[in-house]
Amino acid sequence: MSIDIETARKVAHLARIKVDDDRLPALAAEFNNILGFIEQLGEVNVDDVEPMVSVTPMRLKRRADEVTDGGYPDKVLSNAPDAREGFFAVPKVVE
Amino acid sequence: MSDLTKLTIAGARDALARGETTAVELTEACLSEIEAAGALGAFVHKTPEIARAQAEAADARIKAGEAQGMTGIPLGIKDLFCTKGVNSQAASNILDGFKPEYESTVTTKLFDAGAIMLGKLNMDEFAMGSSNETSVYGDAVNPWKVDDRDLTPGGSSGGSASAVAADLCLAATGTDTGGSIRQPAAFTGITGLKPTYGRVSRWGIVAFASSLDQAGPMTKDVRDAAIMLGAMAGHDPKDSTSADIAVPDFEAALTGDIRGKVIGIPREYRIDGMPAEIETLWDDGKAMLQDAGAKIIDISLPHTKYALPTYYVIAPAEASSNLARYDGVRYGRRAKLAAGDGIVEMYEKTRAEGFGDEVQRRVMVGTYVLSAGFYDAYYNRARKVRSLIKRDFDEAFDQGVDAILTPATPSAAFGLGEMADADPVQMYLNDVFTVTVNLAGLPGISVPAGLDAKGLPLGLQLIGKPWEEADLLNTAYALENAAGFVSKPQKWW
Repeated sequence: MSIDIETARKVAHLARIKVDDDRLPALAAEFNNILGFIEQLGEVNVDDVEPMVSVTPMRLKRRADEVTDGGYPDKVLSNAPDAREGFFAVPKVVE
Repeated sequence: MSDLTKLTIAGARDALARGETTAVELTEACLSEIEAAGALGAFVHKTPEIARAQAEAADARIKAGEAQGMTGIPLGIKDLFCTKGVNSQAASNILDGFKPEYESTVTTKLFDAGAIMLGKLNMDEFAMGSSNETSVYGDAVNPWKVDDRDLTPGGSSGGSASAVAADLCLAATGTDTGGSIRQPAAFTGITGLKPTYGRVSRWGIVAFASSLDQAGPMTKDVRDAAIMLGAMAGHDPKDSTSADIAVPDFEAALTGDIRGKVIGIPREYRIDGMPAEIETLWDDGKAMLQDAGAKIIDISLPHTKYALPTYYVIAPAEASSNLARYDGVRYGRRAKLAAGDGIVEMYEKTRAEGFGDEVQRRVMVGTYVLSAGFYDAYYNRARKVRSLIKRDFDEAFDQGVDAILTPATPSAAFGLGEMADADPVQMYLNDVFTVTVNLAGLPGISVPAGLDAKGLPLGLQLIGKPWEEADLLNTAYALENAAGFVSKPQKWW
């Protein structure tokens, strides 16, 4: 499997990380290096092996579906880069 | 008392109980060591006011006869732990200025037990690294030195390792996703324990790879690891993967008697190009455990070779998902936007300037292995190989093995900057002996066991059965007693 510049561009966009065009060839080369390392997994016979879901066999706990926390919008917003009138503010999303 | 900061937790606890010192004295001694140790780059946010207030409260508690094991003990806290009102940035630019409104479960438990926070400790950005060179704060430096070079304290918990080895604090918290407690512990001559997955709550710890992350103690000896783990562990309803099982008295398990215990030596850990010194150390460790009455047997963990590539699929995949939350909206920094930039440009610019190179690389690799068309070939295949890696350990334990002895790292500490031109995969090889333990969810401990020819510390790793930290700590205690490692770095900082 080899990653070309177009694939590198697509992956960067999916990851929502801006990568300038002049850096794409180096990025594609790095991906190929790492993926080359990962390719070894193709040697392993994984027939009839279940993919691991949880490393310790335990059932996740359940609890009543009820509100247990909240009611402090000022704390929730206290670290926001831009908060106005009790809301997170972002650039216009819908025209 | 002199040399207060050199005390172990157990030593300080006993001195406090006897009234030979106070938590305030201990704390002041640590704060002045920290002030004088800027060259180590270990403490990145100092919290002297919090420390002094906690120390006074601890002294009152000791006076009232209500002390526990950790009461009055000054600690360093890895920057990955959210601490209320105190910068918690995972050593990343993207969390610049982030001050949580809440306290992680681990730090809550430690503070409730009376422990004291001296400040936050350096680390690799988002715990991604093995040399503490990916930190936005700059490098943490190993207090051990053999020539003019500054050496790495290892990573990702490099600041924790450096601070404990240099006696800036009595102990520190660390986290371990692929070896981030055990490798730095080995590089700095201290003890580092990664508990069984689920033993310690992950709530309030900045997530890297949620199925692998586990917090643990980094301490001056095995007894301290037992005391501190006892204060960190326990069920937490806020972490659905935290185990609801009783926390034993780990310290009470330290008898040093390991007669009849079966120690497995995995043949696959004898890797090509392993330095002779590491091999000798490993042989010495076997002999020490045998002399202490353990039975040594050869075992096979056939999928060991595939652990690193498995890790470098699963960890980036989980990281790409966990780190999606850093979008410049709710916390941390947002990039300056140009006129007409929309929400997508905001995300892309914020994440490009907020994440360092290694974090960007792993987020993108993770995005790729999870993307349509590759999910089965990479991610699902890696999860299947992970099942096989765990099965290898299960079979060894089913044969009657109580613990497994391996080297902790493939080398001693290397120079900062020396790996700068190497490809990322070379750096990943640092974790070759530790990463299997995270993939299988097992407890593992690194114990300092000797020095290399240049005089740098080397560690041995013991791997235990799930939930058997008490037994593992006791085996580590026997190894520590036999190794008799007492060397300390010469103070140059």
